[in-house]
Amino acid sequence: MVERVCTFFWAYSSFYKWKGEAIMSLLQVVGLGKSYDTETKVLENVNFDIEAGEFVSIIGPSGAGKSTLLRCINRMVTISEGNVLFDGANVGTLGKKQLRRLRTNIGMVFQHYNLVPRLTVIENVLHGRFGYKTTLQGVLGRFTEQEKKRAFYLLQKLGIEEHAYKRCDQLSGGQQQRVGIARALIQDPKLVLCDEPIASLDPNASKVIMDHLKSITSELGITCMVNLHQVEVAQQYSDRIIGLNQGKVVFDGSNHQLTDDRINRIYGTQTRELITV
Amino acid sequence: MNQKVMQKRKWQSTLFLLIIIAVTYLSAVITNFNFVDGLAAFPAAIGWIISNLLITQESLERLPTILEKLNETVFMSIAATTTAAVISIFLGLMGSKTTSLNGILSVVARFIAAVSRNIPVVAWALILLLSFGQNSVTGYLALFVGTVGFLTRAFIESIDEASQSSVEALTATGATYFHIVNKAVIPQCLPQMISWILFMIETNIRSATLVGILTGTGIGYTFDMYYKSMNYNAVALVTFSIVIAVIIIELISNYIRKVIL
Repeated sequence: MVERVCTFFWAYSSFYKWKGEAIMSLLQVVGLGKSYDTETKVLENVNFDIEAGEFVSIIGPSGAGKSTLLRCINRMVTISEGNVLFDGANVGTLGKKQLRRLRTNIGMVFQHYNLVPRLTVIENVLHGRFGYKTTLQGVLGRFTEQEKKRAFYLLQKLGIEEHAYKRCDQLSGGQQQRVGIARALIQDPKLVLCDEPIASLDPNASKVIMDHLKSITSELGITCMVNLHQVEVAQQYSDRIIGLNQGKVVFDGSNHQLTDDRINRIYGTQTRELITV
Repeated sequence: MNQKVMQKRKWQSTLFLLIIIAVTYLSAVITNFNFVDGLAAFPAAIGWIISNLLITQESLERLPTILEKLNETVFMSIAATTTAAVISIFLGLMGSKTTSLNGILSVVARFIAAVSRNIPVVAWALILLLSFGQNSVTGYLALFVGTVGFLTRAFIESIDEASQSSVEALTATGATYFHIVNKAVIPQCLPQMISWILFMIETNIRSATLVGILTGTGIGYTFDMYYKSMNYNAVALVTFSIVIAVIIIELISNYIRKVIL
């Protein structure tokens, strides 16, 4: 408890120094740097704040560090430099238990869905509750009636209720991704990180997935950060867009501010020409 | 340009074939192995097999003893494999990159696997024979050690291949290590693991015969005994019953594989 208060206080006071105001954002990334080896920096001095209830897209060419940025936020990779503050906690310095609590509050959706293919849809959805379980409860698979009802409710909302007892490898890509979203939502997260959620899907399925992600923010009020390849999709769905290139933030603003000129700066002119041809 | 590449490919394969022929010839010369002599010995050898290795009425009387020994061998192989599988699951989980707890344990697991796998079962049998003496425990242990090595290696591969993505997803939800292993890794890898275990049971029944000859237990000992007393008809019966047993086990395990995969 004392530890938590200290972490909170530290985050609070340091935030105060930087911003000079007392309102806390849900997520603050301050001077974040990440390198996997000594030579190349994947991320360099990344700074941004994200308020609760925002729907933010992160765009940029392949290898710009989009995935790494998301994985720094729930510390799936270690943070090399700077700080990530989530809901008052300094992500980089959390102990094992606190890290687990942090991850419980952050849902994650993956490009390749990352489900357990041999298990049923409902089992995969309930996996999202492990963050709240003791080891024994989880190993024995003891879920409360309420959790099961919630799982079915989410599947119904996402339109895949009738597949609940099917094995995940029998589902189409779009359906599997909806299972992934349900697994993230059953965590009751404050933030959902989506790593290229539509990169392996056809246009129709992509639209369904993006609509569902959008409704997470608009209906449930959960903050969303989405990594995207497609600029058009980002412009259409998000309130705010962050552009990354070679590990640096080269654009951060509303979708109206993202002019062609700025898009070229994010992707590099040549790449852009290739796409339009 | 393209034609040149094709021409080069053709030359490469011709050259490769010539090298193989040369290596074969060279090794034959070095080891004094003569192809012609070897081939000439064939008719006589086959003739001997046909005239001596026949199952006769007399040898059939020994069938109950043989079957009893065969039973013992089959069950010893199964026991060695299943107990080794339990150990191997733990070693596999420690050795796999996706589920290892720390680097040192991972290296230890891989080291144990490498040592026990790279020493042949026959060598293990002879080594253990010195320390444990001539009994069925020695045979069991020899099979056990070899199996642990092989299965650990196979399990590490299965775990690495099958579960990386779901391990990442469950870690991101805040699941603990045991949640992840029990609810993602094991369910995903189980069919493959069972398949490897079945394969190992088949292999072990074959090796058990050889190990039995060395350690003086099971069907191998029976084989050795008849062989040394020149009762070749009984030897034929023993061989025949081993073949039948292996085929039956293979059929069963193929059926199980089909059901679980």
